[in-house]
Amino acid sequence: MSRVFMKGCEAIAEAAVRAGCRFFAGYPITPQNEIPEYFARRMPEVSGTFVQGESEVASISMVYGAASAGTRAMTSSSSPGIALKSEGISYCAAARIPMVYSNISRGGPGVGSIQPAQMDYLQATKASGNGGFEMMVFAPASVQEAVDMTYKAFDYADRDRNPVLILADGVIGTMMEPVVLPEMKTEEEINEIKNAKKVWSCTGHKLDYKNRAWIEPGHWLTSDMQRANEEAEKLYESWKADVMVEEYETEDAEVVITAYGISARIAKSAVNILRKEGIKAGLIRPITLHPFPYDSFDKLDYKKVKAVLDVEMSIPAQFVQDVEIAIKDRCPIHTCLCSGGNIMSRESIIEAVRKIYS
Amino acid sequence: METNLCVAGFGGQGVMTLGKFLATATCDSTDKNVTFFPSYGAEQRGGTANCFVVISDEAVGAPLGDVMDDLIVMNGPSLNRFIKTLKPGGTLFINSSIVSEETGRTDIKVVKAPVTEMALEMGNSKVLNIIMLGVYIGFTGVVSPEVVWDTIEHKLGKKPKLLPLNKEAFEKGLEMGRSQR
Repeated sequence: MSRVFMKGCEAIAEAAVRAGCRFFAGYPITPQNEIPEYFARRMPEVSGTFVQGESEVASISMVYGAASAGTRAMTSSSSPGIALKSEGISYCAAARIPMVYSNISRGGPGVGSIQPAQMDYLQATKASGNGGFEMMVFAPASVQEAVDMTYKAFDYADRDRNPVLILADGVIGTMMEPVVLPEMKTEEEINEIKNAKKVWSCTGHKLDYKNRAWIEPGHWLTSDMQRANEEAEKLYESWKADVMVEEYETEDAEVVITAYGISARIAKSAVNILRKEGIKAGLIRPITLHPFPYDSFDKLDYKKVKAVLDVEMSIPAQFVQDVEIAIKDRCPIHTCLCSGGNIMSRESIIEAVRKIYS
Repeated sequence: METNLCVAGFGGQGVMTLGKFLATATCDSTDKNVTFFPSYGAEQRGGTANCFVVISDEAVGAPLGDVMDDLIVMNGPSLNRFIKTLKPGGTLFINSSIVSEETGRTDIKVVKAPVTEMALEMGNSKVLNIIMLGVYIGFTGVVSPEVVWDTIEHKLGKKPKLLPLNKEAFEKGLEMGRSQR
């Protein structure tokens, strides 16, 4: 397979097209503008639709509509823009509409800073909108992973009839790296996917009023609403089987770093350097942030582990809350943090590990 | 083996293009891992611009390292900002047409190239980045010049009129880089 040199944002868009995404609506915001820009050029080539909406709310609502008609649809934004889309995301989750969106996150809160950050962890994994819905959340640490995850995300979304989030950051979105692109789905395959959704999607049922599809982001009857919530809960619990995690040099580790996305990638190179110095460092990298790989932390040998070091580009730390749940007080947790658009430095991770080790 | 390069200058000097061409050529012609990371600000033009290229036999950890093996500076402010990131024994490539400041360091190699003047002599100030790319390739040999030229040719494919000028710029740079090895 030949590799191409692509920017993260563009590679995400191309992966979506290859997965059969034929509708994209979005609104510009740094650092993810190359996603809509790429779709604007690419969608007409595959007879798909690109819309630059008049706002974030309009864009997510269009995606809600397109996906309700059975089309693989996507939107994208960055932190403050994602916040604006939370209404539509919650509606998609309530109506059990499959769609994919990416958050190429930046500093926050508020308008924040346009540089890379990881400050949307809790929003992404715990409450991306009102009403307690949940989504699978993927955190790529390379452009290749961003491609593979985006491609797969549409399958998960269709399987579960639920939104799926790709949570990347400004580094993954703007950096260029060699990637191997996945197969382009054929028109037949895309039609097949769409046809399989006819049992629930609004594709036109002629005058068959009795059996026509309804898209309902809520229920008038409390009993119906509770039933919908219970069904959703069952779905969320089933994701335990979908956990993805990278455990690196953890078997004999005395200091275990845990991080996701770009921070994890930088941490991994720190582990390699520390190992050469004779320091037994390891890394647990959740690839799915939700479901969270709690089990990986149960596998650690707490007689050996001096401490776990939480590394993230967020002040205050957020990811650490899930790490605390996973560790269950079995060892101390230290943090190595930066924020505001500053990018995690390998040196500061190495320094933090050395301090724990000595 | 890992090479960390930082390219820095004014917006408009083609700093990003230089880095992107080098990284693309590496991707196309080798099995090495390579990343290109642009530092981005809110400015559309003017201001400072810089990017980072990492070329490595291993998986690339940080696409922007804390310590640089090579540093290309196209203007004075970039020298002041990045000189401290260059490791001892590292190489500084300097646009000597407009950077007159002293580096204040004796533990590095310095390759001087008056790329602004050279570009103006050639009748187009915009090719200074291609000259500098030539200097870098000529001096380091990190990727073969033929492959880099193929990349430039491919990227400029839509504007074939620009090819002869860029070819000349690249060749002049190569020569200057090689002569300072």
